[in-house]
Amino acid sequence: MILIKCPYCGERDQSEFTNGGEAHVIRPTNPKSLSDKDWGEYVFFRNNPKGIFYERWVHSHGCKKWFNAVRNTSTDQILKVYKVGDKRPDLSDFENTLKSPSGEPFVGSGNFAVKK
Amino acid sequence: MRKKYSFLSLIKNAFTNNENWQKMWESPEPKKGYDVIIVGGGGHGLGTAYYLAKHHGIKNIAVIEKGWLGSGNTGRNTTIIRSNYLWDESAYLYDHAVKLWENLSKDLNYNMMFSQRGVLNLAHNEHDIKEIKRRVSANRLNGLDTMWLDKNEVKDLVPIMNTENLRYPVLGAAYQPRGGVARHDAVAWGYAMRADELGVDIIQNCEVKGIKTDNYKVEGVETTKGFIKSSKIGVVASGHTSVLAATAGVRLPLQSRPLQALVSEPIKPVINTVVMSNAVHAYVSQSDKGELVIGAGTDGYNSFTQRGGYDVIEETVRAIVELYPIFGKMKMLRQWGGIVDICPDASPIISKCDVEGLYFNCGWGTGGFKATPGSANVFAHTIANDEPHKINAPFALSRFSDGRLIDEHGAAAVAH
Ligand SMILES: Cc1cc2nc3c(=O)[nH]c(=O)nc-3n(C[C@H](O)[C@H](O)[C@H](O)COP(=O)(O)OP(=O)(O)OC[C@H]3O[C@@H](n4cnc5c(N)ncnc54)[C@H](O)[C@@H]3O)c2cc1C
Ligand SMILES: [Zn+2]
Repeated sequence: MILIKCPYCGERDQSEFTNGGEAHVIRPTNPKSLSDKDWGEYVFFRNNPKGIFYERWVHSHGCKKWFNAVRNTSTDQILKVYKVGDKRPDLSDFENTLKSPSGEPFVGSGNFAVKK
Repeated sequence: MRKKYSFLSLIKNAFTNNENWQKMWESPEPKKGYDVIIVGGGGHGLGTAYYLAKHHGIKNIAVIEKGWLGSGNTGRNTTIIRSNYLWDESAYLYDHAVKLWENLSKDLNYNMMFSQRGVLNLAHNEHDIKEIKRRVSANRLNGLDTMWLDKNEVKDLVPIMNTENLRYPVLGAAYQPRGGVARHDAVAWGYAMRADELGVDIIQNCEVKGIKTDNYKVEGVETTKGFIKSSKIGVVASGHTSVLAATAGVRLPLQSRPLQALVSEPIKPVINTVVMSNAVHAYVSQSDKGELVIGAGTDGYNSFTQRGGYDVIEETVRAIVELYPIFGKMKMLRQWGGIVDICPDASPIISKCDVEGLYFNCGWGTGGFKATPGSANVFAHTIANDEPHKINAPFALSRFSDGRLIDEHGAAAVAH
């Protein structure tokens, strides 16, 4: 269970929201010249990082507005919430303090290589 | 087979408090290089190593696991086994697995506790009936043992089920008698033990940090125990497969989400089959220890936290209590989550890719336990021959550009 701060209503339980997958996916501007492979990429392939993820949410059981968030998928910590149309926030100075190479959290991990 | 298990060895070890069982596999330090490296010590990865060594004569193999064997979804799942999928491709793949399950305890001389107690998929409305009957017909054309049961036949099989006084009454069900459950750990341990006997190095507590490639060819893996060389790498890391693929510059159409299960306090036998319902999103079976094993849904967003949201189990438990009022006052003992790799068409990817020597077995999402022996068997073939087996050829990565999707959302989206 996580809390999400809707930019319009404030902090609410995650169960009030619906996730809309990766944010900033742009529809190809040259559909006629696209290969099957490129179309496949656009339709089916989305980033799936363990770490910083830019994603869309809609406040379904509230104001029903869409907005974007940046979340660390290895801890569910929400780092930024911003409105649709706002510039994609730069998080290059975010320091991932997780110990493992693939971003395993120290707590709740079965990864003994990390725990040492 | 060096390590033999029998009724006699059980009795003998009972007299010494079960403290003198032999070690099942060694834990060697990794060598400098291997002919094949399998990343991920779940059932599919260990099974792949076993079949590579047994059927394809490759002996210099390592399985690299970041935690302990079976610490991923193999050890976290609700162990439902069935093959009643809609499309021909899936029916062949999943039934290949069920056939191997039927002989696996013997093949590995290790008890898989495979119990073919049957699997029911409930219908609660007109649409369900049509969809399920269509699937039953498709299954029968593929020679599977699925059949349609009306409400009374369902009630005969599961007398504790409330079929009438609920929001979505039970109208009938698909039934596959050859389906059932098995012991999750035994699958990982059995394959590990026999692979070890065939010379496979099983390396635990060693995390693969990245896959090294040069000019679209694999060179080896960077691990927490140093670099290990290999020209063939099979990645079978379920929820973490796309993270590993990214280190080799490969993109996969997967999204990772927590999926939860829970078990109750143990009670006397009350339900001797597996019952699933897509419409009200609840499924249950009873373990040999007497616990109810209940599976919930996935969280609605990507996450690697391996916990799952409370609202998701609340929804499942609500449906369970309505379907089985007798469970209303039971206590739940444990809850946990696993990270599942969801594929857009709810079918797996067992495939080569653009990088030479790099193979993926992933996208099993919420329902890959049942496929473990079949998947491992055809994946070993794919790695050994650098060509897919005819059973897994349709499950190639290329289907996401040529459009030959194998849409199993009806058979696999909710049911596991
Ligand atoms: C709650 C739950 C219920 C389920 N119920 C069912 C069911 O009833 N029936 C069914 O058929 N399926 C079910 N499933 C799905 C099933 O569990 C999986 O599809 C299947 O077990 C996957 O097996 P695997 O061997 O591919 O993956 P896993 O068992 O997850 O093995 C992958 C391994 O890779 C390791 N790994 C990951 N990253 C790295 C790295 N960087 N380096 C080294 N090792 C790494 C992990 O630690 C893990 O041990 C369920 C899953 C869950 C979570
Ligand atoms: Zn709002």
